[in-house]
Amino acid sequence: MEERIRSVLVAFARLPIEVDKLGRDDDLYRAGMTSHASVNVMLGLEDAFDIEFPDEYLRKGTFESISTIMAVLGQLEVEVPAHG
Amino acid sequence: MVEVAIHGRHDAGVPDHLKLATDIGSEVAGPAAAEVDEQSRFPVEAIDAMRSAGLLGALIPTEMGGLGWTLGQVAEATTTLARYCSSAAMVQAMHQIQVACLVRHGDSPELRAFTERVAREGLLLASATTEAGIGGNVRMSSCAVERDLDSFQLRKQAPVISYGEYSDAILATARRTPESPASDQVLVLCRRENVTLKPTSEWDAMGFRGTCSLGFELLAHGDAADILPVAYGDISSQTMLPVSHILWSSLWFGIASEASDRARKFVQAAARRNPDITPPNALRLAELTTVLQEFQDVVFAARARYAAIQDSPDQTTAIGFAIAMNSLKVSASTLVVDVVQRALLICGMAGYANRSPFTLGRLLRDAYGAQLMVNNDRINANNAQLLLVHRKM
Repeated sequence: MEERIRSVLVAFARLPIEVDKLGRDDDLYRAGMTSHASVNVMLGLEDAFDIEFPDEYLRKGTFESISTIMAVLGQLEVEVPAHG
Repeated sequence: MVEVAIHGRHDAGVPDHLKLATDIGSEVAGPAAAEVDEQSRFPVEAIDAMRSAGLLGALIPTEMGGLGWTLGQVAEATTTLARYCSSAAMVQAMHQIQVACLVRHGDSPELRAFTERVAREGLLLASATTEAGIGGNVRMSSCAVERDLDSFQLRKQAPVISYGEYSDAILATARRTPESPASDQVLVLCRRENVTLKPTSEWDAMGFRGTCSLGFELLAHGDAADILPVAYGDISSQTMLPVSHILWSSLWFGIASEASDRARKFVQAAARRNPDITPPNALRLAELTTVLQEFQDVVFAARARYAAIQDSPDQTTAIGFAIAMNSLKVSASTLVVDVVQRALLICGMAGYANRSPFTLGRLLRDAYGAQLMVNNDRINANNAQLLLVHRKM
């Protein structure tokens, strides 16, 4: 799951640093993710995991770090494809 | 100036905050409004009266020396003040936005002490959020806070700092460190004694002429404790953005209400001259009233929406709430022009004339500023992006 999240971040978060260098708990907004980019990350995650985030998860905190994203995806019982 | 509050009208049933705003508006801000507009000068007498009456500390809790008003009460006072002088009301509103940020996010002994000074001394707060070269996006900074142990330095090219020269402190956004990305911002309290302002532009605009919204190069230094401890992104979504849109829309509603009142008086005067027939523009007044009521409902609903969730960061940082506040700004800033324009059609040449009890020129000029201050195109573009993931209103 984490690999797949990282590849979405690489594609859409437009961070000035390499996503590989981010720790799981590093704050993505502090790392340079704009609110505009965060919407693209949401769309990228929805596509990558074939889900729709329910309204209650559409807030800043959900997308704050790789671990908060993992926690929410876990709650949504995302099925991770074998290669993901 | 305190007498304004003491010797003012004491209409039974009128809440204190509205009485205070009406007194300052009718006795101080209103009489100076034409001159403030003509000379594009700071509404010094109105702001002095607000300071004397404690209005500049209205949002600060009573235990910290403020008046302890709710945001709703400040919004109502802003509507009332705007009927008399949009510029004085706007200076007041912009100040209250900064105070709201300090009260909610200035959670350190140093910042608490400063907030108490705002209440006690009636310090006037300005803001420097936009920056040259950033294209109007307040959520990006190019300037950065440079820290050296317990002190900081900041240099910012600000295209606008409204009433900067008259303020006692300026809250400025900047990148957290010189190494931080553009979106990693902090809010810095720049105290007057630590600030040098070099004007870089003039202010001679169509409306809101008393806000003195010049551009400046801001040079500031100070104690590192004057950097607010919370990320600006959180301050913006939880407080600065909703409070701005709520107070501005309340202010524009005041402009619209005043225009509507002039139109109503004009129609009623015609009706009294000839009671046999309903004046033809009475129909236009009926139409205007429908729009004004729509406006009022939008403004009131937004206040209630924020009041219900203001202490819940989970809810104030939700995408749905951001969309709602953006929509409020776009609606209100459009409706104010609509209402004043309708009033102008009703009053005709009496509204078009600059010297007439029904004059609407200043109100119309001020009204047009609403769509430009944080341009509606930018806000709609922001909502367009957010709506790609949003589910339901």
